[in-house]
Amino acid sequence: MGIESWPVIRQLTGTDPLGRGRAARSGRTDALVPRTRTADRVADSVCPYCAVGCGQKVYVKDEKVVQIEGDPNSPISRGRLCPKGSASKQLVTSPTRQTTVLYRRPYATEWEPLGLDEAMDMIADRVIAARRAGWQDAFEDKPVRRTMGFASLGGATLDNEENYLIKKLWTALGAIQIENQARI
Amino acid sequence: MAECHPVGFQWVMEAKARGARIFHVDPRFTRTSAMAHRHLPIRAGSDIVLLGALINHMLSGGHDFREYVLHYTNASVILNENFRDTEDLDGLFSGFDAETSSYDPETWAYAAEHRDETLSHPRCVYQVLKRHFARYTPEMVEQVCGIAPNDFAELADAVVANSGPDRTTAWVYSVGWTQHTVGVQYIRTAAILQLLLGNIGRPGGGILVLRGHASIQGSTDIPTLFNLLPGYLPMPYAHHHEDLDSYLERAAGDTGFWGHKRAYMISLLKAWWGDAAHAENDFCFDYLPRLTGDHGTYQTVLDQIDGKVKGYLLLGENPAVGSAAGRLQRLGLASLDWLVVRDLQLIESAMFWKESPEIESGERTAEEIGTEVFFLPAASHVEKDGTFTNTQRLLQWHHKALDPPDDARSDLWFMYHLGLRIRERLAGSTDPVDRPVLDLTWDYPEEGPYRDPSAEAVLREINGYDADGETLTGFTALRDDGSTSCGCWIYSGCYADGVNQTARRKPGAEQSWVAPEWGWAWPSNRRILYNRASADPQGRPWSERKAYIWWDGEQWTGHDVPDFEKTKPPSYEPPPDATAEAALGGADPFIMQTDGKGWLFVPRGLVDGPLPAHYEPHESPVSNLLYGQQANPVRQVYPRPGNRYNPVGGDVYPYVFTTYRLTEQHTAGGMSRFLPYLSELQPEMFCEVSPELAAERGLVHGDWATIISARSAIEARVLVTDRVRPLRIQGRVIHQIGLPYHWGSAGIVRGDSANDLLPIVLDANTHIQESKVATCDVQPGRRPQGPALRALVRRYRRMAGIPED
Amino acid sequence: MSNSLYGPLPDVAEDAGYTEPPERRGFFTDTSVCIGCKACEVACKEWNAVPDDGFALTGMSYDNTGALGASTWRHVAFVEQTRPHQVGDGVDTRWLMASDVCKHCTHAACLDVCPTGALIRTEFGTVVVQEDICNGCAYCVSACPYGVIDRREDDGRAWKCTLCYDRIGDGLEPACAKACPTDSIQYGPLDELRERASARLNTLHEEGVTEARLYGEDDSDGVGGAGAFFLLLDEPEVYGLPPDPVVTTRDLPAMWRWAGGAALALAGGVALSFLGRR
Repeated sequence: MGIESWPVIRQLTGTDPLGRGRAARSGRTDALVPRTRTADRVADSVCPYCAVGCGQKVYVKDEKVVQIEGDPNSPISRGRLCPKGSASKQLVTSPTRQTTVLYRRPYATEWEPLGLDEAMDMIADRVIAARRAGWQDAFEDKPVRRTMGFASLGGATLDNEENYLIKKLWTALGAIQIENQARI
Repeated sequence: MAECHPVGFQWVMEAKARGARIFHVDPRFTRTSAMAHRHLPIRAGSDIVLLGALINHMLSGGHDFREYVLHYTNASVILNENFRDTEDLDGLFSGFDAETSSYDPETWAYAAEHRDETLSHPRCVYQVLKRHFARYTPEMVEQVCGIAPNDFAELADAVVANSGPDRTTAWVYSVGWTQHTVGVQYIRTAAILQLLLGNIGRPGGGILVLRGHASIQGSTDIPTLFNLLPGYLPMPYAHHHEDLDSYLERAAGDTGFWGHKRAYMISLLKAWWGDAAHAENDFCFDYLPRLTGDHGTYQTVLDQIDGKVKGYLLLGENPAVGSAAGRLQRLGLASLDWLVVRDLQLIESAMFWKESPEIESGERTAEEIGTEVFFLPAASHVEKDGTFTNTQRLLQWHHKALDPPDDARSDLWFMYHLGLRIRERLAGSTDPVDRPVLDLTWDYPEEGPYRDPSAEAVLREINGYDADGETLTGFTALRDDGSTSCGCWIYSGCYADGVNQTARRKPGAEQSWVAPEWGWAWPSNRRILYNRASADPQGRPWSERKAYIWWDGEQWTGHDVPDFEKTKPPSYEPPPDATAEAALGGADPFIMQTDGKGWLFVPRGLVDGPLPAHYEPHESPVSNLLYGQQANPVRQVYPRPGNRYNPVGGDVYPYVFTTYRLTEQHTAGGMSRFLPYLSELQPEMFCEVSPELAAERGLVHGDWATIISARSAIEARVLVTDRVRPLRIQGRVIHQIGLPYHWGSAGIVRGDSANDLLPIVLDANTHIQESKVATCDVQPGRRPQGPALRALVRRYRRMAGIPED
Repeated sequence: MSNSLYGPLPDVAEDAGYTEPPERRGFFTDTSVCIGCKACEVACKEWNAVPDDGFALTGMSYDNTGALGASTWRHVAFVEQTRPHQVGDGVDTRWLMASDVCKHCTHAACLDVCPTGALIRTEFGTVVVQEDICNGCAYCVSACPYGVIDRREDDGRAWKCTLCYDRIGDGLEPACAKACPTDSIQYGPLDELRERASARLNTLHEEGVTEARLYGEDDSDGVGGAGAFFLLLDEPEVYGLPPDPVVTTRDLPAMWRWAGGAALALAGGVALSFLGRR
């Protein structure tokens, strides 16, 4: 950085003698570029809160979400977002987000860590056992071939594809207590 | 709508700028009211009286859209001579069995005779409606809803002036209509009004539900609901010797588009069980488990408490805060053997054993709770591919932007890998009960470092394939011979031509106002359902201003995909033995109905009556002024410990409360209370009360209040506001208290949960809880801590003469 | 000397040394369509990484951020009013909502008093704090006639709305204006916004909303007109806005000499810091 770029020199020699504008600009100010411009990529997405279905643009830099804002192309939302939609980046990058598996033993007073693979194995075992324990071939003499041993309640922020696999697998296992926020 | 769907509300503001008149009917003056031309404060739970009085106004004043009503509705149908209305039975319909609290709908069926096109036959639907709604007068609106006659007149006049060939009126609702013991009948009342005014199937018309979650519509279409299969096919109930044929016989009618139910069902069974499903084994129909009653979420919670349910999986859901009777929800969780919670944050439903009102009061301790809890971190919406279905039935694909962190995975990953593990463990089993799992098609291509199943492959399965493995172009291509597969018939076409139609993002500015090339709407990318009704019986637009779909002499054309067979002329008359859509005439727009008509009177399908009638909420400060029957006679009640009900009237629980959301928070808070930027905007639980109620109970603005019901007591900061008005009902003043329900014991901002106050009492059609209205007391000051909390609740119960728990 | 500290100023950016600057940009906030959703507050914070402002219920209707400050650059005021029915008995409820923001004054006292050159006028005519220059002296805080700019407790520096300087430099809308669901917050060339505002005002007056008025659009006012102006439905005081703001440096025409001297002192400081880094 040469001396000619020092604010006071610019102020005294340039068009901004009061030093309230051009002459007072810092290097950082001159170099400002919005992070939407410097993102590695941008993904088309949809707001996860209510069911209006506002379009979102998700900007990613160095494998981190750096900005989420409205998609102006959406004929539904025209680029706009409500406070919740506008907080989507915080939803995704929240420091309190729990990103590892936690396990609480029966009667325990604290969580303990658990590996994802191990957790999945344990859950598979428990689903199979609960299914067996709650199995009914018949109910009041009528064939039902179902299990009352476990139940599932899904949120309405699940993708259609996720709901589809939930319904498909649970039904094939004979579970019927498959429910959703849609009934609440 | 401005409160909970702000971005959708921009279109209301656009309409307002173009001259639309906006009324807002709500117990409170909200941010929506602030933008409306007129706010009508209403007593929670009385909407059928208001809507019924509008119907009466239209019928008695001759304001109905006669040509539309005559041709497009069942107004002219003659009813069974044994049918008895609430007019005859003081609030009951014929067929009621007091012992089982249920109806036999036999007498509600149409008579065999033909229609009366003059609408004058005393038993025709039109005349029955007239008599039924005659008692729904402006005076009744004043006495029951608390809306003054001149305000009612202004609303009625505006609706009349804005309905007809040249104009339309839209009704927009949300859970303010569904969360009642008469929820379905609220919507029905609006449907009758809109059909009478010709406001269905036309641009600017309709009854528009604002659904509250990104894919709550999708969760209904591809249901994770006990009583439905994908595409609104019913789950089979247990019967002796039930096979596919007998199931289909019961499932839906043979005429109209449900006439293809066999193709829809067999294609679903093929999607699930592939080659294992064939004609010889009834396409694996017996692989489906059978229902024997209500297996909804509230029944399940009671079964958990009763020790009947061992395991539970919560997939992005927080019932400890978000479901009615919060204490019972948490006691249910504490009664399980094991619980899996998949979420982004450590929500109350994951922490109930450590932090909850029951732990705080000493009612439970962690050392006594035997539930084994797994918390599995979920992927956020930007960390996975998939579709959400929005409130207008529009499927929109969201692209994965990056991988989820650490152990976080999508629910698609979870279900797929759990399925793999279960199948691995059951492999080689010879037990017939394991066949449905082992025969299940479960071979999705895997992607990325975590072996995610391809969401596009799942969407293609939902769309369906033909015999050659090509993606289907739409549901009309489905066959009932096992040659097609389709995971959800109404979604068929979303992957037409091998293209993910839901990912289309042609800019709105570069297409028509209908924007057909943005995403994909079910069915068949139709944006307005039943849009054949936007044209007159001859196929001409009702008016130039409201032209939408019309017959051009050879085919249906216009701004949208016709919700009608493209080349069926308006003059088409069905031959006598026709089935499916061929059985409907060229002027029958309601193609999912067996008769192609909009049903003013519903002869079958509802459990609480063929017509709406006003019943008081289960907990009400007043008796029913319209009928001797106080509340919906078939509502589902569960009088048991922990779920005691406040008596009707009386001084112990004298006030009405209603629960709701705020713009700045989201449902049970899992996606908002953990975020600083949202938490700071609404940081504390509060109650909204009128200055009059504040004076009556000594409540101080900004100070604390305790709200008490037979279930629990909660505390909230007091907002004294003129936005809540006392109403004069049947000669007395009724106070209503507003309670947002977002808070709980976890998150950045914490507070008591309004849902703890609510009981479990359900609409018998939907099994949805009545959370929009109940009764309570309110007292100044904070609630007691520790065991004193339950003692307070018990003391109130004793005062009210409610049985001890 | 053409530089002016008071009264109308035809080109505020040129006055600050920019040759052939782009059109002056600003905000028109039409409070008559504000639904009080606070998307502006959140979108601003997300884009500018502004920290939360505390978690306290204020009891001021639905406003829990209280006022503009170092950590609230958009603030939505909620005003509950009741007035007697025009016809018949009873009262009408009115709930006014308005999103406030830095006014980006034509004569910005914050900028005029800033001794370090941290506050500058941009080529768009907006006023921004350069966070790498600000030393937290807080002269600007007391100078602002609207009480907008404020120091953040933890880092001591002064912060306020930048009109998303980085975004507008790239042809984007400021975050708040982009998010605003009902277009209550509009961004654009100031002249265009003034025309739009005047048309909107006429429409409202024709509709009988006689109390509608513009605030901050007049370049003969005490700050030479604001770069961010408003359509209000009541007196400014009702929304917590000063009725007749005046640039606090109006009577200090000699200010520039002082500022220049301070800038020289700063230059020395900057030079030292460069040396220190090497």
